[in-house]
Parts: sequence; C-alpha cells; structure tokens
Amino acid sequence: MMNLPTREQAGVLIVSVSGRIDHITSEEFTKALDPLLDRCAQGHPSVLLDFSGVDYISSAGLRVLMMASRRAKGQKGVFAIAALQPLVQEVFAISRFNLIVPCYVSVETACKVLGS
Amino acid sequence: MNQVIFWGTRGSLPVSLSHRDIREKIVAALTAANGKTFKTRTALDEFVDKLPFSVAGTFGGNSSCVEIIGDSNDHFVCDMGSGARPLGQAKIARFGVPNPQTYHIFISHLHWDHLMGFPYFAPMYIPGNRIVVHGCHPDLEQAVRLQMQSPCFPVDYAMAGAKIEFDIMKPDETRYISGINVTPKRQMHAGDSYGYRFESLDRTVVYSTDSEHKLENPGEHAEFSQFFRKADLVIFDAMYSLAEAVSVKADWGHSSNIVGVELCQAAAVKRLALFHHEPVHDDRQLSRLVAETRRLEQITRGSRAPLEIISAYDGLTIDL
Repeated sequence: MMNLPTREQAGVLIVSVSGRIDHITSEEFTKALDPLLDRCAQGHPSVLLDFSGVDYISSAGLRVLMMASRRAKGQKGVFAIAALQPLVQEVFAISRFNLIVPCYVSVETACKVLGS
Repeated sequence: MNQVIFWGTRGSLPVSLSHRDIREKIVAALTAANGKTFKTRTALDEFVDKLPFSVAGTFGGNSSCVEIIGDSNDHFVCDMGSGARPLGQAKIARFGVPNPQTYHIFISHLHWDHLMGFPYFAPMYIPGNRIVVHGCHPDLEQAVRLQMQSPCFPVDYAMAGAKIEFDIMKPDETRYISGINVTPKRQMHAGDSYGYRFESLDRTVVYSTDSEHKLENPGEHAEFSQFFRKADLVIFDAMYSLAEAVSVKADWGHSSNIVGVELCQAAAVKRLALFHHEPVHDDRQLSRLVAETRRLEQITRGSRAPLEIISAYDGLTIDL
C-alpha cells in the first residue's frame, strides 16, 4: 500500500505524495487516496496534495488526479495540488491537466488561498 | 517497405484553410521578410524554408488515408478518407490507363471519414485494376456500397470498372499479403476499429487510429506495447489532449499525444507520427502540439533510446 503521510495546516489537509506515479503504481495511488477523498466534502478541510516529492507522473497517474478532482467536486469539497517539480509541471501543462485540476506553486500559497 | 506517404491526416471531418488563415500566413511571412529583397528564386526558397511550418506550410485537411510503399508492385493503403482522391489521381498520373494495378486497402472502421474518399478514388473506375478491401468488420462491403447508391452519391457502385474484392480478416491473425505480414488488432472505438501491424523482412509500420486507450486498464497498456513493439513507425491517433481524452471526451474513441509517447517508449518504437488531427486545430496549434510532444519525450526518456516525433501532414513522405 502506498504511504501518503498527512498533516493539517491552516485548516487544509496536506497529503505528501512522493516517487513515481505510473501505470504500475497508479492503482495503489488510487487506493491510498480513497479514504482521504471520503473526507473531501463540504464542511471538511480542503485536500491538498503536496507533490514536491513526485518526480514522475504518467497518463495513468494523471487520470487518478482527474477522478479525485471530479469526486471532490461531486461532494462539494476542495481538491488541489501544490509544489510540482518543474518537469512534472511541464507534464501537467502538456497534458492540459493544469486546466482541470487547481495547481499552486507552493503548499504555503495554496494554504493561504484554501485555508480557513 | 520503403516509404510511407500521408494523403490525409485530419480526423473526423475534412477541413480547409480559410481566407483569413491564408492572409495570416502571408502577413507572417512578409513580417519575417522585413523588407528583404530576393534576387533569385533560390534565395526566395531558402528564405521560405526557414519560416516556421505553420507559416510556410499547412498540415492539410483531408481525412485519413495513408500509403505504405512495399517491395512488391502492389499498392498498400490504410483507410479511404478524403485523402484517397489525391492518392487516386497520383496513381493514374504515374501508371496511366490501361496499366492494371492491384491495390490492397486496409480499413480501420466504417465511419464516414474513413470511407468517404472511395467514390473519388479514380482507379476504381478503371477496368483491369484489382482492389482488395481488407478489414475486420463483417459489414465492410455493405458500408462501401451504401455510400455509392442513390441518394448518397450519383454514381452507383455497379459502375466501378475495377474488380473489387472484400477480405474479412480476423483480429490477431497474421496474414501474408504481397510480401508483407499484416496483423489486425481490435481497438476501442464506437462500433470497434482495427489497427494494423505491417511487417516486412526489415521494417515494421503500425497504423493505429481511432483508438481510445483506457488508462485504468494496465493489461491494455501491455497489449498495445506488444502490438507496437520495436516498430520503425507508429501512426497514432493523437486527436485530443490527455485532459480532454479522460474527461469531457472520454468514450469518444480517440487518444492523445501523451499516451502515444508512453506506448511507443514502452514498445521501443523508433518514430511516432501524430495523426488524426482535431479539425478545430489550426496549423499553429498543431505545431505547438508536436513541439510539446517532443519536449515530453525528452523529459521522460530516461535511459531509453530517443523516440523521434513527427506530426503527419497531407503530402508528407517519409523514408522508413
């Protein structure tokens, strides 16, 4: 099971993600995110993925993020990503995922916007 | 196999440049010239060759039609979109009439944009020519006949002078056809589509268009990596961005540049041709797409051999 350490800061649930999210690990990533997304709903803290430790993401990984974002929206929750490494940020731009999942330059910036 | 010629590269619907598009290209070229004068045609051509492709050229607007030049005298064609019209004209111009030729045509699926060039394919009206239409859809012949009967078209299918045969192939079964091993593979698309792997003694080309890839299915990734394995060229449906393909356009039956790169990298393919261009994309957008795809390949390459990325355009000829 993929380990996703969490901490709360300024009313935001910050989830640390690291390593490679590809065709091999995307299913584990989905399962690890699942209980966190249960709580990503109206009246609950926003869920922010800290991507500073992610050095690669494939299409399968990006799809997991899209499904997570869609689920959060359906529950009227807030789901976002922060601190993408430059190359991962490029993958987001090329895939146009930066247009469908809110991305912030840093955890601090995201917390300022999303925090209570 | 020696060469591949792209006669039609546009997805879903043929398009053409508008008056405004042409004007923008002229303005961009004159702006780049910045008052320069050209004493000879050669000097002018050299200047034009240095302009961006989106200014000096166009990706074109004919729908899917790709020719593979094999080692035999027979002609190999993938799909009969509107690009089949210039293909047919080129064949008549080269071989004349009468000069019987054999055409092997491989149909990915029966949607209109992949068949609409058939009635305009001049060799089909020339007695002595033989046209073998290969495909995996049982109603292949019916679909071809349907568009050549009243009220769809003024010339009935019965007017075809060439001998036309239909060959229903089975997915995953390799057939030896005029020096080339051809293997069809079922792909995800409304009503099913089929990709084709063409293998000669020393070259492999895969034609895989109108194919959606479900990212949640790792088995599918492995299957297509195997289908593409070590190909010299993969012609790939890159119609949408990945974000579109997995969200608003999920289940529309098309794929993205990102998935194309990933599959080709996993399969150790030499060259990837982005194909089946979105009709709403202009030359500038398609140029940006290929530049971004090259960058993606570069940043995800790791220790693999480089994968060459090209974007197919109408009239492009590539040596294998």
